[in-house]
Amino acid sequence: MTPQEILPPLLGGALIGIAASVLLVANGRIAGISGVIGELLVPSTSDRAWRWSFVIGMLAAVPVVLAFLPGAVVANPVRSLPAIVAAGLIVGFGTRMGNGCTSGHGVCGIPRGSTRSITATLVFMFTGAVTVAIIRAFGGAL
Amino acid sequence: MRLLAAFVSGALFALGLAISGMTDPTKVTGFLDVFGPWDPSLGLVMAAALAVHVGPVRWILRRGRPLLDNRLHLAAFTQVDARLVGGAALFGVGWGLGGYCPGPAIVSAGSGLGQGIVFTASMIGGMALYHAFARARVADDALVVAPAPVPAQVPPAR
Repeated sequence: MTPQEILPPLLGGALIGIAASVLLVANGRIAGISGVIGELLVPSTSDRAWRWSFVIGMLAAVPVVLAFLPGAVVANPVRSLPAIVAAGLIVGFGTRMGNGCTSGHGVCGIPRGSTRSITATLVFMFTGAVTVAIIRAFGGAL
Repeated sequence: MRLLAAFVSGALFALGLAISGMTDPTKVTGFLDVFGPWDPSLGLVMAAALAVHVGPVRWILRRGRPLLDNRLHLAAFTQVDARLVGGAALFGVGWGLGGYCPGPAIVSAGSGLGQGIVFTASMIGGMALYHAFARARVADDALVVAPAPVPAQVPPAR
């Protein structure tokens, strides 16, 4: 890997770590995106304000991304519309069922030493790799 | 102040995702392609995030409460169960299939990218589907058997 390949993920990852730290240290909350979003869909959720604020913060960063990082947000050219719809449904269902995604279980859960999060991260990394391997076996596009 | 902290956290999070390469689904599937021409670079995203986050986590857990609230809002449930493993397994399948996890999906949708919008809309549909499914199951259980007893001792939050 060249420095050009190594620096962006390190810098981006560090920013994600700072973001998760800000939310935990200031508010005592876990920066798990699926949880932040998912709980907004539940009528009984009472702590909506900070969740909306977090989502609005994410969206507020988008113009900055588009201005300074053209080409960072791109589509997957080898996935069809039905594949994307199916993937979205499965990710939504799975992250609510498993109480978290890459951010909540991976970034936030592992440093807390949560057995649940470490288990979940190993499982979704594994099934993700198997899924990509299966798609590869069928030609790599879907 | 709490809302401002959440806003700043969300903005930094989205910025980090875009800089790191997580909003390029081809890069994500390349990272998951361990049996093919594996691109390990996105592993550095998690590594860097963990390295930065672990110090503040240790400190705040020792402190016992955050700066702007009177308690930490952490999961009290610590048991690894079939729901956790099944949900994580499903999430991985969807992640490999689409190349999007929830954070990058939101950023892509916010950017107006068609695929990001379709994925995020489907993801929200999938979340609502699970909520409906879980509610139906709870209602079923209530009809057939008595509700599960509440554990007398709640495990300490970790």
